[in-house]
Amino acid sequence: MTEGARAGDRRAAVYARAVIGLVARDLRVLRRDFAPFLLRTVMNPIMFVFVFAYLFPKIGEGFHGGAGNTSFGTILVPGLVAVGMIFQGIAAVALPLVNEFGRTREIEDRLMAPIPIGMVAVEKIVFGSIQSLLAALVVFPVVYIIPATPVDVHVEHWTLLIAVLLLASLISGAFGLVIGTIFRPQRVPLIFSTIVIPITFLGCVYYPWALLAPLRWLQVLVLVNPVVYISEALRAALTPGVPHMPPAAFLSAILVVLAGLTLAGMHFFLRRVTS
Amino acid sequence: MHDDAAIRIDGLVKHYGGPDGIRAVDGIDLDVGRAEIFGLLGPNGAGKTTTIGVCTTRVFATAGRVLVHGVDVDTDPALAKRFIGVVTQYNTLDRSCTAWENLYFHARYFGLPRSAARRRADELLERFRLADRRDAMPDELSGGMAQRLQVARAISHGPAVLFLDEPTAGLDPQSRLALWAIVRQLRDEGTAVFLTTHNMLEAEELCGRVAIIDHGKILQCDTPEVLRRSTGAETVIDLRVDGSRDTLAESLGRLPHVTSVAETPDGLRLLTSSRENMLQQVVEAARGHAIADISVREPTLETVFIELTGRALRD
Repeated sequence: MTEGARAGDRRAAVYARAVIGLVARDLRVLRRDFAPFLLRTVMNPIMFVFVFAYLFPKIGEGFHGGAGNTSFGTILVPGLVAVGMIFQGIAAVALPLVNEFGRTREIEDRLMAPIPIGMVAVEKIVFGSIQSLLAALVVFPVVYIIPATPVDVHVEHWTLLIAVLLLASLISGAFGLVIGTIFRPQRVPLIFSTIVIPITFLGCVYYPWALLAPLRWLQVLVLVNPVVYISEALRAALTPGVPHMPPAAFLSAILVVLAGLTLAGMHFFLRRVTS
Repeated sequence: MHDDAAIRIDGLVKHYGGPDGIRAVDGIDLDVGRAEIFGLLGPNGAGKTTTIGVCTTRVFATAGRVLVHGVDVDTDPALAKRFIGVVTQYNTLDRSCTAWENLYFHARYFGLPRSAARRRADELLERFRLADRRDAMPDELSGGMAQRLQVARAISHGPAVLFLDEPTAGLDPQSRLALWAIVRQLRDEGTAVFLTTHNMLEAEELCGRVAIIDHGKILQCDTPEVLRRSTGAETVIDLRVDGSRDTLAESLGRLPHVTSVAETPDGLRLLTSSRENMLQQVVEAARGHAIADISVREPTLETVFIELTGRALRD
Protein backbone atom coordinates (compact mmCIF):
# COMPACT_ATOMS: atom_id res chain seq x y z
CA MET A 1 0.00 0.00 0.00
CA THR A 2 2.83 2.38 0.67
CA GLU A 3 6.19 3.41 -0.64
CA GLY A 4 7.20 4.38 2.90
CA ALA A 5 9.49 2.61 5.34
CA ARG A 6 9.07 -1.19 5.12
CA ALA A 7 10.33 -3.93 7.36
CA GLY A 8 13.30 -4.76 5.17
CA ASP A 9 14.55 -1.20 4.62
CA ARG A 10 17.97 -0.45 5.95
CA ARG A 11 17.86 1.39 9.24
CA ALA A 12 20.35 4.12 8.36
CA ALA A 13 18.39 4.97 5.21
CA VAL A 14 15.06 5.08 7.06
CA TYR A 15 16.51 7.30 9.77
CA ALA A 16 18.16 9.63 7.28
CA ARG A 17 14.96 10.08 5.27
CA ALA A 18 12.92 10.71 8.42
CA VAL A 19 15.35 13.35 9.69
CA ILE A 20 15.43 15.00 6.27
CA GLY A 21 11.63 15.09 6.49
CA LEU A 22 11.79 16.74 9.93
CA VAL A 23 14.25 19.35 8.66
CA ALA A 24 12.10 19.96 5.56
CA ARG A 25 9.13 20.59 7.84
CA ASP A 26 11.08 23.04 9.98
CA LEU A 27 12.42 24.84 6.89
CA ARG A 28 8.90 25.21 5.54
CA VAL A 29 7.74 26.75 8.82
CA LEU A 30 10.79 29.05 8.97
CA ARG A 31 10.21 30.19 5.40
CA ARG A 32 6.60 30.99 6.19
CA ASP A 33 7.61 32.86 9.34
CA PHE A 34 10.66 34.58 7.91
CA ALA A 35 9.49 38.13 8.60
CA PRO A 36 8.87 37.43 12.31
CA PHE A 37 12.25 35.66 12.40
CA LEU A 38 14.00 38.77 11.06
CA LEU A 39 12.13 41.10 13.39
CA ARG A 40 12.82 39.16 16.56
CA THR A 41 16.46 38.79 15.52
CA VAL A 42 17.36 42.35 14.59
CA MET A 43 15.31 44.53 16.93
CA ASN A 44 17.44 44.06 20.03
CA PRO A 45 20.82 44.66 18.33
CA ILE A 46 19.49 47.56 16.24
CA MET A 47 18.11 49.36 19.27
CA PHE A 48 21.16 48.65 21.33
CA VAL A 49 23.78 49.80 18.86
CA PHE A 50 21.61 52.70 17.78
CA VAL A 51 21.36 54.11 21.30
CA PHE A 52 24.79 53.25 22.68
CA ALA A 53 27.03 53.35 19.62
CA TYR A 54 25.25 55.95 17.48
CA LEU A 55 23.05 58.18 19.62
CA PHE A 56 25.33 58.50 22.66
CA PRO A 57 28.44 59.51 20.67
CA LYS A 58 26.29 62.00 18.70
CA ILE A 59 24.88 63.68 21.79
CA GLY A 60 28.21 63.70 23.56
CA GLU A 61 27.61 60.95 26.11
CA GLY A 62 31.07 59.55 26.78
CA PHE A 63 29.83 56.00 27.19
CA HIS A 64 32.08 53.12 26.24
CA GLY A 65 33.12 49.71 27.35
CA GLY A 66 36.29 51.05 28.94
CA ALA A 67 38.87 49.06 27.01
CA GLY A 68 41.51 51.70 26.30
CA ASN A 69 40.79 53.53 23.07
CA THR A 70 38.55 50.81 21.68
CA SER A 71 35.14 52.14 20.62
CA PHE A 72 32.05 50.82 22.34
CA GLY A 73 30.82 49.78 18.89
CA THR A 74 33.79 47.42 18.60
CA ILE A 75 33.10 45.92 22.03
CA LEU A 76 29.47 45.38 21.11
CA VAL A 77 29.96 43.55 17.79
CA PRO A 78 30.90 40.11 19.17
CA GLY A 79 28.67 40.53 22.22
CA LEU A 80 25.51 41.33 20.30
CA VAL A 81 26.20 38.59 17.75
CA ALA A 82 26.55 36.18 20.70
CA VAL A 83 23.25 37.32 22.21
CA GLY A 84 21.55 37.17 18.81
CA MET A 85 22.70 33.58 18.43
CA ILE A 86 21.76 32.37 21.89
CA PHE A 87 18.39 34.12 21.73
CA GLN A 88 17.54 32.10 18.60
CA GLY A 89 17.89 28.93 20.63
CA ILE A 90 15.13 30.20 22.88
CA ALA A 91 12.95 31.66 20.14
CA ALA A 92 13.36 28.86 17.60
CA VAL A 93 13.56 25.81 19.85
CA ALA A 94 12.39 26.54 23.40
CA LEU A 95 9.25 28.60 22.81
CA PRO A 96 7.76 26.29 20.14
CA LEU A 97 8.66 23.23 22.25
CA VAL A 98 6.96 24.59 25.36
CA ASN A 99 3.71 24.80 23.39
CA GLU A 100 4.17 21.56 21.52
CA PHE A 101 4.62 19.71 24.80
CA GLY A 102 2.24 21.57 27.01
CA ARG A 103 -0.64 22.87 24.97
CA THR A 104 -1.09 21.36 21.57
CA ARG A 105 0.97 18.18 21.91
CA GLU A 106 1.61 18.62 18.22
CA ILE A 107 5.07 17.12 18.58
CA GLU A 108 3.29 13.73 18.85
CA ASP A 109 3.29 13.11 15.14
CA ARG A 110 7.03 13.67 14.86
CA LEU A 111 7.65 11.40 17.85
CA MET A 112 5.88 8.61 15.97
CA ALA A 113 8.28 8.88 13.02
CA PRO A 114 10.12 5.57 12.52
CA ILE A 115 13.28 6.70 14.34
CA PRO A 116 14.51 6.59 17.94
CA ILE A 117 12.81 9.41 19.83
CA GLY A 118 16.15 10.96 20.77
CA MET A 119 16.72 11.77 17.12
CA VAL A 120 13.73 14.11 17.19
CA ALA A 121 15.49 16.02 19.97
CA VAL A 122 18.76 16.05 18.05
CA GLU A 123 16.97 17.43 15.00
CA LYS A 124 15.60 20.21 17.23
CA ILE A 125 19.16 21.09 18.31
CA VAL A 126 20.47 21.01 14.75
CA PHE A 127 17.67 23.09 13.34
CA GLY A 128 18.00 25.56 16.22
CA SER A 129 21.68 25.86 15.37
CA ILE A 130 20.88 26.57 11.71
CA GLN A 131 18.61 29.44 12.79
CA SER A 132 21.29 30.59 15.20
CA LEU A 133 23.83 30.81 12.36
CA LEU A 134 21.31 32.70 10.24
CA ALA A 135 20.84 35.09 13.14
CA ALA A 136 24.61 35.69 13.32
CA LEU A 137 24.61 36.54 9.61
CA VAL A 138 21.72 38.96 10.07
CA VAL A 139 22.99 40.64 13.24
CA PHE A 140 26.58 41.15 12.11
CA PRO A 141 25.96 43.76 9.37
CA VAL A 142 23.56 45.62 11.66
CA VAL A 143 26.06 46.02 14.49
CA TYR A 144 28.89 46.69 12.04
CA ILE A 145 27.22 49.48 10.08
CA ILE A 146 25.12 51.47 12.58
CA PRO A 147 27.75 52.73 15.10
CA ALA A 148 28.87 56.36 14.65
CA THR A 149 32.37 55.63 15.92
CA PRO A 150 34.79 53.35 14.01
CA VAL A 151 34.27 49.62 14.47
CA ASP A 152 37.48 47.67 14.36
CA VAL A 153 36.76 44.15 13.10
CA HIS A 154 39.29 41.89 11.51
CA VAL A 155 39.46 38.14 11.28
CA GLU A 156 42.91 36.68 11.74
CA HIS A 157 41.93 33.03 11.88
CA TRP A 158 38.97 32.06 9.75
CA THR A 159 39.07 28.51 11.05
CA LEU A 160 38.70 29.83 14.59
CA LEU A 161 35.74 32.00 13.55
CA ILE A 162 34.02 29.13 11.79
CA ALA A 163 34.65 26.72 14.66
CA VAL A 164 33.37 29.25 17.18
CA LEU A 165 30.24 30.00 15.13
CA LEU A 166 29.42 26.32 14.71
CA LEU A 167 29.94 25.49 18.38
CA ALA A 168 28.04 28.57 19.52
CA SER A 169 25.12 27.73 17.25
CA LEU A 170 24.96 24.18 18.64
CA ILE A 171 25.04 25.54 22.20
CA SER A 172 22.16 27.79 21.27
CA GLY A 173 20.12 24.82 19.98
CA ALA A 174 20.94 22.65 23.00
CA PHE A 175 20.21 25.51 25.39
CA GLY A 176 16.84 25.98 23.68
CA LEU A 177 16.10 22.27 24.11
CA VAL A 178 16.83 22.44 27.85
CA ILE A 179 14.68 25.53 28.36
CA GLY A 180 11.90 24.18 26.16
CA THR A 181 11.68 20.91 28.07
CA ILE A 182 11.69 22.31 31.59
CA PHE A 183 9.29 25.27 31.30
CA ARG A 184 5.50 24.90 31.28
CA PRO A 185 3.39 27.12 28.99
CA GLN A 186 2.08 29.26 31.83
CA ARG A 187 5.66 30.03 32.92
CA VAL A 188 6.89 31.35 29.58
CA PRO A 189 7.17 34.99 30.72
CA LEU A 190 9.63 33.75 33.35
CA ILE A 191 11.96 32.56 30.57
CA PHE A 192 12.58 36.19 29.73
CA SER A 193 12.96 37.57 33.21
CA THR A 194 14.89 34.69 34.76
CA ILE A 195 16.94 33.47 31.81
CA VAL A 196 17.24 35.88 28.91
CA ILE A 197 17.84 39.08 30.86
CA PRO A 198 20.47 37.77 33.32
CA ILE A 199 22.44 35.80 30.76
CA THR A 200 22.48 38.83 28.46
CA PHE A 201 23.45 41.43 31.02
CA LEU A 202 25.95 39.14 32.71
CA GLY A 203 27.19 37.58 29.48
CA CYS A 204 30.22 39.83 28.84
CA VAL A 205 28.20 41.23 25.97
CA TYR A 206 28.74 44.91 26.75
CA TYR A 207 32.20 44.53 28.33
CA PRO A 208 35.07 42.09 27.91
CA TRP A 209 35.46 39.50 30.66
CA ALA A 210 39.01 40.70 31.50
CA LEU A 211 37.65 44.10 32.52
CA LEU A 212 35.64 42.54 35.34
CA ALA A 213 38.95 42.02 37.21
CA PRO A 214 38.22 44.69 39.85
CA LEU A 215 35.07 42.75 40.78
CA ARG A 216 36.70 39.37 41.20
CA TRP A 217 33.59 37.70 42.68
CA LEU A 218 31.55 38.72 39.66
CA GLN A 219 34.28 37.71 37.26
CA VAL A 220 34.18 34.22 38.76
CA LEU A 221 30.40 34.10 39.09
CA VAL A 222 29.68 34.87 35.43
CA LEU A 223 31.67 31.80 34.39
CA VAL A 224 28.50 29.73 34.87
CA ASN A 225 26.91 31.67 32.01
CA PRO A 226 27.43 30.06 28.59
CA VAL A 227 26.97 33.41 26.83
CA VAL A 228 30.26 34.56 28.40
CA TYR A 229 32.22 31.96 26.45
CA ILE A 230 30.44 32.70 23.21
CA SER A 231 31.01 36.47 23.59
CA GLU A 232 34.65 35.95 24.44
CA ALA A 233 35.17 33.43 21.64
CA LEU A 234 33.63 35.76 19.09
CA ARG A 235 35.73 38.58 20.51
CA ALA A 236 38.86 36.53 19.91
CA ALA A 237 37.69 35.67 16.39
CA LEU A 238 36.30 39.06 15.29
CA THR A 239 37.97 41.77 17.36
CA PRO A 240 41.28 40.28 18.51
CA GLY A 241 42.45 43.78 19.54
CA VAL A 242 40.02 43.75 22.49
CA PRO A 243 41.08 41.77 25.57
CA HIS A 244 39.60 38.26 25.51
CA MET A 245 40.01 34.84 27.07
CA PRO A 246 42.69 32.57 25.60
CA PRO A 247 41.26 30.19 22.95
CA ALA A 248 42.21 27.08 24.93
CA ALA A 249 40.08 28.36 27.81
CA PHE A 250 36.95 29.32 25.90
CA LEU A 251 37.10 26.34 23.55
CA SER A 252 37.31 23.81 26.35
CA ALA A 253 34.59 25.64 28.29
CA ILE A 254 32.37 25.70 25.18
CA LEU A 255 32.83 21.96 24.64
CA VAL A 256 31.98 21.21 28.25
CA VAL A 257 28.91 23.46 28.15
CA LEU A 258 27.77 21.97 24.84
CA ALA A 259 28.11 18.41 26.12
CA GLY A 260 26.33 19.29 29.38
CA LEU A 261 23.42 21.09 27.72
CA THR A 262 23.00 18.38 25.08
CA LEU A 263 22.89 15.59 27.65
CA ALA A 264 20.54 17.52 29.92
CA GLY A 265 18.28 18.52 27.02
CA MET A 266 18.06 14.94 25.74
CA HIS A 267 17.36 13.64 29.23
CA PHE A 268 14.54 16.12 29.90
CA PHE A 269 13.13 15.58 26.42
CA LEU A 270 12.91 11.80 26.81
CA ARG A 271 11.40 12.23 30.24
CA ARG A 272 8.70 14.50 28.85
CA VAL A 273 7.65 12.23 26.00
CA THR A 274 7.83 8.75 27.51
CA SER A 275 6.67 7.29 30.79
CA MET B 1 10.39 -12.40 13.74
CA HIS B 2 7.07 -13.50 12.30
CA ASP B 3 3.80 -13.44 14.10
CA ASP B 4 0.28 -13.92 12.82
CA ALA B 5 -1.36 -11.45 15.16
CA ALA B 6 -1.30 -7.74 14.36
CA ILE B 7 -0.92 -7.08 18.07
CA ARG B 8 0.06 -9.61 20.73
CA ILE B 9 -0.02 -8.48 24.35
CA ASP B 10 1.34 -10.92 26.95
CA GLY B 11 1.09 -10.31 30.68
CA LEU B 12 1.27 -6.54 30.31
CA VAL B 13 1.72 -4.65 33.57
CA LYS B 14 2.32 -0.94 34.02
CA HIS B 15 2.82 0.63 37.44
CA TYR B 16 3.33 4.34 37.91
CA GLY B 17 5.33 5.57 40.89
CA GLY B 18 7.02 2.37 42.05
CA PRO B 19 5.60 -0.94 43.28
CA ASP B 20 3.16 0.77 45.66
CA GLY B 21 2.01 3.29 43.08
CA ILE B 22 -0.85 3.20 40.62
CA ARG B 23 -1.39 -0.08 38.81
CA ALA B 24 -2.62 1.44 35.55
CA VAL B 25 -2.44 -1.87 33.69
CA ASP B 26 -2.54 -4.99 35.82
CA GLY B 27 -1.81 -8.07 33.74
CA ILE B 28 -3.37 -7.92 30.29
CA ASP B 29 -3.25 -10.61 27.60
CA LEU B 30 -4.74 -9.85 24.20
CA ASP B 31 -4.38 -10.83 20.57
CA VAL B 32 -5.65 -8.63 17.78
CA GLY B 33 -5.92 -10.20 14.37
CA ARG B 34 -5.09 -8.63 11.04
CA ALA B 35 -8.04 -6.89 9.43
CA GLU B 36 -9.93 -6.82 12.72
CA ILE B 37 -11.52 -3.89 14.52
CA PHE B 38 -10.83 -4.52 18.16
CA GLY B 39 -12.30 -2.37 20.90
CA LEU B 40 -11.09 -1.78 24.42
CA LEU B 41 -14.16 -0.70 26.35
CA GLY B 42 -14.00 0.75 29.82
CA PRO B 43 -14.51 3.85 31.94
CA ASN B 44 -11.98 6.66 32.22
CA GLY B 45 -8.95 5.55 34.18
CA ALA B 46 -9.44 1.87 33.36
CA GLY B 47 -6.03 1.59 31.69
CA LYS B 48 -7.07 1.99 28.05
CA THR B 49 -4.79 4.87 27.16
CA THR B 50 -1.86 3.35 29.04
CA THR B 51 -2.30 0.15 27.04
CA ILE B 52 -2.25 2.11 23.79
CA GLY B 53 0.74 4.06 25.11
CA VAL B 54 2.73 0.84 25.58
CA CYS B 55 1.67 -0.53 22.18
CA THR B 56 2.74 2.69 20.47
CA THR B 57 6.20 2.70 22.15
CA ARG B 58 5.57 5.73 24.34
CA VAL B 59 4.98 4.07 27.70
CA PHE B 60 7.50 1.56 29.02
CA ALA B 61 5.90 -1.59 30.41
CA THR B 62 6.72 -2.63 33.98
CA ALA B 63 6.35 -6.27 32.94
CA GLY B 64 5.09 -8.29 30.01
CA ARG B 65 5.62 -8.04 26.31
CA VAL B 66 3.88 -6.38 23.37
CA LEU B 67 4.47 -7.32 19.75
CA VAL B 68 3.10 -5.13 16.99
CA HIS B 69 3.30 -6.72 13.56
CA GLY B 70 5.69 -9.19 15.18
CA VAL B 71 8.07 -6.49 16.45
CA ASP B 72 8.75 -6.09 20.16
CA VAL B 73 7.84 -2.47 20.93
CA ASP B 74 10.18 -2.36 23.89
CA THR B 75 13.36 -3.68 22.31
CA ASP B 76 12.94 -2.07 18.89
CA PRO B 77 10.54 0.88 19.05
CA ALA B 78 11.95 2.56 15.94
CA LEU B 79 11.20 -0.53 13.83
CA ALA B 80 7.78 -1.05 15.44
CA LYS B 81 6.80 2.53 14.60
CA ARG B 82 7.07 1.73 10.88
CA PHE B 83 3.92 -0.37 11.24
CA ILE B 84 1.98 1.87 13.61
CA GLY B 85 -0.46 4.68 12.94
CA VAL B 86 -1.84 6.60 15.94
CA VAL B 87 -4.69 8.99 16.56
CA THR B 88 -4.57 10.26 20.13
CA GLN B 89 -7.40 11.65 22.21
CA TYR B 90 -6.17 15.16 21.55
CA ASN B 91 -5.90 17.16 18.37
CA THR B 92 -2.18 16.88 17.74
CA LEU B 93 -2.21 18.33 14.23
CA ASP B 94 0.86 20.40 13.47
CA ARG B 95 -0.46 23.93 14.02
CA SER B 96 2.33 25.53 12.00
CA CYS B 97 1.42 23.55 8.88
CA THR B 98 -1.62 23.49 6.58
CA ALA B 99 -3.92 20.46 6.29
CA TRP B 100 -2.05 19.37 3.16
CA GLU B 101 1.35 19.89 4.77
CA ASN B 102 0.33 17.80 7.79
CA LEU B 103 -0.19 14.86 5.42
CA TYR B 104 2.79 15.65 3.22
CA PHE B 105 5.38 15.92 6.00
CA HIS B 106 4.05 12.88 7.82
CA ALA B 107 4.61 10.88 4.64
CA ARG B 108 8.11 12.36 4.40
CA TYR B 109 8.91 11.27 7.98
CA PHE B 110 8.08 7.75 6.81
CA GLY B 111 10.46 7.99 3.92
CA LEU B 112 8.21 8.72 0.98
CA PRO B 113 10.06 10.68 -1.69
CA ARG B 114 8.80 14.20 -2.32
CA SER B 115 6.67 13.48 -5.37
CA ALA B 116 5.10 10.37 -3.80
CA ALA B 117 4.39 12.27 -0.58
CA ARG B 118 2.71 15.02 -2.58
CA ARG B 119 0.53 12.50 -4.39
CA ARG B 120 -0.34 10.77 -1.13
CA ALA B 121 -1.36 14.04 0.52
CA ASP B 122 -3.57 14.92 -2.47
CA GLU B 123 -5.21 11.48 -2.49
CA LEU B 124 -5.91 11.50 1.23
CA LEU B 125 -7.45 14.98 1.18
CA GLU B 126 -9.72 13.79 -1.60
CA ARG B 127 -10.60 10.52 0.12
CA PHE B 128 -11.34 12.14 3.47
CA ARG B 129 -13.40 14.92 1.85
CA LEU B 130 -10.98 17.62 2.90
CA ALA B 131 -9.80 18.71 -0.55
CA ASP B 132 -11.46 22.10 -0.25
CA ARG B 133 -9.68 22.71 3.07
CA ARG B 134 -6.27 21.89 1.64
CA ASP B 135 -4.62 25.16 2.70
CA ALA B 136 -6.52 25.62 5.96
CA MET B 137 -4.53 25.72 9.17
CA PRO B 138 -5.60 23.09 11.77
CA ASP B 139 -7.18 25.71 14.02
CA GLU B 140 -9.54 26.66 11.19
CA LEU B 141 -10.97 23.14 10.90
CA SER B 142 -14.11 21.90 12.65
CA GLY B 143 -13.77 19.08 15.19
CA GLY B 144 -14.97 16.47 12.71
CA MET B 145 -12.64 17.70 9.97
CA ALA B 146 -9.65 17.82 12.31
CA GLN B 147 -10.37 14.26 13.41
CA ARG B 148 -10.66 13.06 9.80
CA LEU B 149 -7.38 14.78 9.01
CA GLN B 150 -5.74 13.08 11.98
CA VAL B 151 -6.92 9.68 10.79
CA ALA B 152 -5.79 10.49 7.25
CA ARG B 153 -2.38 11.45 8.58
CA ALA B 154 -2.12 8.34 10.73
CA ILE B 155 -2.70 6.03 7.74
CA SER B 156 -0.68 7.96 5.18
CA HIS B 157 2.28 5.60 5.53
CA GLY B 158 0.07 2.53 5.23
CA PRO B 159 0.46 1.18 8.77
CA ALA B 160 -0.39 -2.45 9.54
CA VAL B 161 -2.06 -1.39 12.78
CA LEU B 162 -4.04 1.75 13.46
CA PHE B 163 -4.49 2.84 17.08
CA LEU B 164 -7.42 5.11 17.82
CA ASP B 165 -7.73 6.46 21.34
CA GLU B 166 -11.32 7.56 21.94
CA PRO B 167 -11.65 8.46 18.26
CA THR B 168 -15.16 9.89 18.35
CA ALA B 169 -15.22 11.52 21.78
CA GLY B 170 -16.54 15.03 21.34
CA LEU B 171 -17.69 14.51 17.75
CA ASP B 172 -21.22 15.26 16.58
CA PRO B 173 -23.31 12.21 15.54
CA GLN B 174 -22.79 12.83 11.84
CA SER B 175 -19.00 13.06 12.14
CA ARG B 176 -19.07 9.96 14.31
CA LEU B 177 -20.86 7.96 11.64
CA ALA B 178 -18.49 9.27 8.97
CA LEU B 179 -15.51 8.17 11.03
CA TRP B 180 -17.00 4.72 11.60
CA ALA B 181 -17.39 4.33 7.86
CA ILE B 182 -13.73 5.21 7.38
CA VAL B 183 -12.61 2.77 10.05
CA ARG B 184 -14.63 -0.06 8.48
CA GLN B 185 -13.15 0.71 5.10
CA LEU B 186 -9.63 0.57 6.54
CA ARG B 187 -10.38 -2.81 8.05
CA ASP B 188 -11.68 -4.03 4.70
CA GLU B 189 -8.39 -2.95 3.17
CA GLY B 190 -6.51 -5.13 5.64
CA THR B 191 -5.57 -2.70 8.42
CA ALA B 192 -5.96 -3.91 11.99
CA VAL B 193 -7.71 -1.27 14.07
CA PHE B 194 -7.29 -1.13 17.84
CA LEU B 195 -9.52 1.43 19.44
CA THR B 196 -10.44 2.50 22.93
CA THR B 197 -13.82 3.83 23.78
CA HIS B 198 -16.13 4.39 26.66
CA ASN B 199 -18.99 4.63 24.21
CA MET B 200 -21.16 1.54 24.28
CA LEU B 201 -22.70 2.04 20.89
CA GLU B 202 -19.32 2.51 19.28
CA ALA B 203 -18.09 -0.76 20.71
CA GLU B 204 -21.25 -2.62 19.63
CA GLU B 205 -21.59 -1.19 16.15
CA LEU B 206 -18.01 -0.97 15.06
CA CYS B 207 -15.94 -3.65 16.73
CA GLY B 208 -15.55 -7.26 15.70
CA ARG B 209 -14.40 -8.06 19.21
CA VAL B 210 -14.52 -6.10 22.43
CA ALA B 211 -12.50 -6.43 25.60
CA ILE B 212 -14.09 -4.97 28.69
CA ILE B 213 -11.43 -3.40 30.89
CA ASP B 214 -11.65 -2.01 34.39
CA HIS B 215 -8.95 -1.21 36.96
CA GLY B 216 -6.27 -2.33 34.51
CA LYS B 217 -7.70 -5.82 34.04
CA ILE B 218 -9.58 -7.42 31.16
CA LEU B 219 -12.88 -8.69 32.54
CA GLN B 220 -14.18 -10.30 29.39
CA CYS B 221 -13.30 -10.41 25.71
CA ASP B 222 -15.46 -11.59 22.84
CA THR B 223 -17.73 -10.46 20.03
CA PRO B 224 -20.36 -7.91 21.12
CA GLU B 225 -23.07 -10.50 20.40
CA VAL B 226 -21.56 -13.17 22.65
CA LEU B 227 -20.86 -10.61 25.38
CA ARG B 228 -24.47 -9.42 25.33
CA ARG B 229 -25.74 -12.97 25.63
CA SER B 230 -23.30 -13.76 28.41
CA THR B 231 -25.36 -11.84 30.95
CA GLY B 232 -28.21 -14.31 30.65
CA ALA B 233 -30.52 -11.32 30.83
CA GLU B 234 -33.53 -11.05 28.54
CA THR B 235 -34.56 -7.58 29.52
CA VAL B 236 -33.14 -4.50 31.12
CA ILE B 237 -35.51 -2.35 33.13
CA ASP B 238 -34.42 1.16 34.05
CA LEU B 239 -36.25 2.97 36.82
CA ARG B 240 -35.89 6.66 37.44
CA VAL B 241 -36.52 7.13 41.15
CA ASP B 242 -37.00 10.35 43.09
CA GLY B 243 -35.98 10.08 46.72
CA SER B 244 -34.71 7.02 48.62
CA ARG B 245 -34.16 3.74 46.79
CA ASP B 246 -32.63 1.50 49.46
CA THR B 247 -35.68 -0.50 50.42
CA LEU B 248 -36.84 -0.45 46.81
CA ALA B 249 -33.67 -2.17 45.62
CA GLU B 250 -34.22 -4.85 48.22
CA SER B 251 -37.83 -5.57 47.38
CA LEU B 252 -37.12 -5.59 43.64
CA GLY B 253 -34.23 -7.96 44.17
CA ARG B 254 -36.62 -10.47 45.75
CA LEU B 255 -38.83 -10.64 42.65
CA PRO B 256 -38.64 -13.86 40.64
CA HIS B 257 -36.52 -13.65 37.44
CA VAL B 258 -34.70 -10.53 38.60
CA THR B 259 -31.04 -11.47 38.27
CA SER B 260 -29.47 -8.21 39.42
CA VAL B 261 -30.24 -4.74 40.73
CA ALA B 262 -27.71 -1.97 40.25
CA GLU B 263 -27.67 1.70 41.16
CA THR B 264 -27.62 4.21 38.32
CA PRO B 265 -27.08 7.96 38.74
CA ASP B 266 -30.82 8.66 38.85
CA GLY B 267 -32.31 5.36 39.90
CA LEU B 268 -32.00 1.59 39.56
CA ARG B 269 -31.38 -0.88 36.78
CA LEU B 270 -32.77 -4.42 36.85
CA LEU B 271 -31.71 -7.34 34.75
CA THR B 272 -34.33 -10.01 34.33
CA SER B 273 -34.19 -13.47 32.86
CA SER B 274 -37.79 -13.33 31.67
CA ARG B 275 -39.97 -10.82 29.85
CA GLU B 276 -43.32 -12.19 31.00
CA ASN B 277 -45.25 -9.83 33.26
CA MET B 278 -42.05 -8.29 34.48
CA LEU B 279 -43.18 -4.72 34.14
CA GLN B 280 -46.34 -5.37 36.09
CA GLN B 281 -44.46 -7.06 38.93
CA VAL B 282 -41.94 -4.26 39.10
CA VAL B 283 -44.64 -1.61 39.27
CA GLU B 284 -46.37 -3.53 42.07
CA ALA B 285 -43.17 -3.95 44.04
CA ALA B 286 -42.35 -0.28 43.66
CA ARG B 287 -45.64 0.91 45.07
CA GLY B 288 -45.07 3.62 47.63
CA HIS B 289 -41.85 4.84 45.97
CA ALA B 290 -41.62 7.88 43.73
CA ILE B 291 -41.01 6.29 40.34
CA ALA B 292 -40.60 9.03 37.75
CA ASP B 293 -40.02 6.83 34.73
CA ILE B 294 -39.65 3.19 33.68
CA SER B 295 -38.06 1.94 30.47
CA VAL B 296 -37.66 -1.60 29.17
CA ARG B 297 -35.06 -2.62 26.60
CA GLU B 298 -32.77 -5.34 25.32
CA PRO B 299 -29.44 -5.85 27.08
CA THR B 300 -26.44 -3.97 25.65
CA LEU B 301 -22.74 -4.03 26.32
CA GLU B 302 -23.43 -1.58 29.09
CA THR B 303 -25.52 -4.26 30.73
CA VAL B 304 -22.54 -6.56 30.52
CA PHE B 305 -20.33 -3.93 32.04
CA ILE B 306 -22.68 -3.37 34.95
CA GLU B 307 -22.93 -7.12 35.49
CA LEU B 308 -19.18 -7.39 35.63
CA THR B 309 -18.36 -4.34 37.70
CA GLY B 310 -21.55 -3.42 39.52
CA ARG B 311 -21.18 0.09 38.14
CA ALA B 312 -22.57 2.02 35.20
CA LEU B 313 -20.23 3.06 32.43
CA ARG B 314 -20.43 6.79 32.09
CA ASP B 315 -20.60 8.19 28.57
